[in-house]
Amino acid sequence: MAKTLFQKVWEAHAVRKLPNGQTQLFIGTHLIHEVTSPQAFGMLRDLGLQVKFPQRTFATVDHIVPTNEIKEPYSDPIAQEMIEALRKNTKDYGIRFFDTTTGNQGIVHMVGPEQGITQPGTTIACGDSHTATHGAFGAIAFGIGTTQVRDVLATQTLALSPLKVRRIEVNGKLAPGVYAKDVILHIIRVLGVNGGIGYAYEYAGTTFDGFSLEERMTVCNMSIEGGARCGYVNPDQKTFDYIKGKPFAPKAADWDSAVVRWASFASDAGCQYDDIKPFRAEEIRPTVTWGITPGQAIFIDEKMPALETLNAADRQTAEDAYAHMKLAPNTPIKGTKVDVCFLGSCTNGRISDLREVAKYLKGRKVSPSVKAIVVPGSQLTAIQAVHEGLDKIYIEAGFEWRGAGCSMCLAMNPDKLVGDQLCASSSNRNFKGRQGSQTGRTVLMSPLMVAAAAITGQVSDAREVFKV
Amino acid sequence: MSLAKITQVKALALAVPGDDIDTDRIIPARFLRCVTFDGLGEHAFRDERTGPDGKERPHPMNSAQAARIAAAKQGVMVVGFNFGCGSSREHAPQSLWRFGFTAFVGGSFAEIFFGNSTTLGVPCLTLSKEDLAECDAFVRANPEVEVTVDVEKQTVSAGAKTWQAGIAASARDGLIKGKWDPIADLLEGADSVAKTAGGLAYVEGK
Repeated sequence: MAKTLFQKVWEAHAVRKLPNGQTQLFIGTHLIHEVTSPQAFGMLRDLGLQVKFPQRTFATVDHIVPTNEIKEPYSDPIAQEMIEALRKNTKDYGIRFFDTTTGNQGIVHMVGPEQGITQPGTTIACGDSHTATHGAFGAIAFGIGTTQVRDVLATQTLALSPLKVRRIEVNGKLAPGVYAKDVILHIIRVLGVNGGIGYAYEYAGTTFDGFSLEERMTVCNMSIEGGARCGYVNPDQKTFDYIKGKPFAPKAADWDSAVVRWASFASDAGCQYDDIKPFRAEEIRPTVTWGITPGQAIFIDEKMPALETLNAADRQTAEDAYAHMKLAPNTPIKGTKVDVCFLGSCTNGRISDLREVAKYLKGRKVSPSVKAIVVPGSQLTAIQAVHEGLDKIYIEAGFEWRGAGCSMCLAMNPDKLVGDQLCASSSNRNFKGRQGSQTGRTVLMSPLMVAAAAITGQVSDAREVFKV
Repeated sequence: MSLAKITQVKALALAVPGDDIDTDRIIPARFLRCVTFDGLGEHAFRDERTGPDGKERPHPMNSAQAARIAAAKQGVMVVGFNFGCGSSREHAPQSLWRFGFTAFVGGSFAEIFFGNSTTLGVPCLTLSKEDLAECDAFVRANPEVEVTVDVEKQTVSAGAKTWQAGIAASARDGLIKGKWDPIADLLEGADSVAKTAGGLAYVEGK
């Protein structure tokens, strides 16, 4: 019988049926970080349990690390306490830790792929909702809660129910100046922020075939913003090429058999999906959010929706959004004044993002009214970028060049908005207060659109600013 | 590990309206800068409850009803659709539970929030849009009336009203049998786990 990748991976990892009807699912790869793991280690100690497969858990530190301070102790004593707790926990239980001193630290969803830990046909869990990122490699990757982190540490399994699979098929070629970020923002806008509840999203079609692994990661990363707990792209030659030679990739003798195995997990031709949603790449334009959910998005050249065009439920959320964002219905978002520009995050803090923007940034200057920061998602990305001279281009243009971490995506570190500042952000969430100020405002967009906003000081169409 | 059988929650209820209420709003990220869940209860919905000027804002969580629920350490929160979306932070249901909420009734719940709540022994039941509107209106009009969330019968009732409710079969089973924390079952499967691990080429040291 023809099967989806989701079904095949599920079956390969299903341990047994639990009394409540759920499946005990083996989690081959467990990623942990400093925010959602300390309580789990506490529970483990309280219950007198050990880590069952310490070699299958990998740790890094990302949420709380300051991006402008290397020397410890950090000026923030809580950040210091949290990083030290992770050092102790990983040491006590024999877990590999990509610490700040290793040169391999970074946002957990960048470290896995960079190290070759993220592989096709595997199950991955992490106490972070953006774990879906790893689906770009054809893995089934779940964001989990802290009690579940305990479950994985103690048993290397989770109690889960299978998901339905929705194939999201995007065919065609994106126009110049339109990126993977626009594709996922558009998908969420159309299917809704809760449209994916109960589903795994399979992203397919010629647009995804043409995407690099980094572009696929950008899309899979935001699956959760569409309500889907995980999203994936079927593995192909590009996937294998990306993994080859990475530190944890299968070595010489094992490589060929690994590739055969990985390829066998791809969804079979003729398999049944619970739902299929088609899109045309040519119809997608640069997309920005105007509200307080990632689904409240429009093309840059559209007007924000008039309230009377919305149904009752959407209207209530929209009224709340307009009040928070200090924006007016039925007006263009283009031209809205921007105070801060943030280029980074597990959605768009990769080397390809930094390269693409740098291509256009040469010779341009950040508007004096804007604070612009660029935060490579990982130390390896930062090293590569410096090697290519990209840091100089950003600094020359007026960006602050920072160290690796989650930074202003979620403001658990010193990078925060102040008051009602409006931030043009390449991150993934525009929730109220997300970037650290209760009244702060976030407009999500692609990295090049962030750069356009930085230069003009307002929400702009990158295609016009950079003559794309 | 023996856990209480949670067949029913009967308590005062508080309506917190709105769809797509994300976990950043339930517990802002700055309160995640901690290594335990202790003390999270008082910060639930902090930025919705307190303005930038430090003054209280009009919010259901600032009401006398919320204070009664906090004092009783049991309560039902009536919410909208897609409640608990966004970040996977277990700190969100932990903060509401520590505040005093022991059950949620809503139109729909984000999956990670749902799982995190169930694992705490806090049931999340769904109602149809129409029934939810009726339940919400009833709760606002009759704050003194206790609401019964019946996990076993899958109903929500208050006064003379009873609404048909839904909850995933596995979550219901775990709650009513006192097995809502899966750790005991997961540990029990150790032999089968070893077998599954043995069949996976990428799992080293199996």
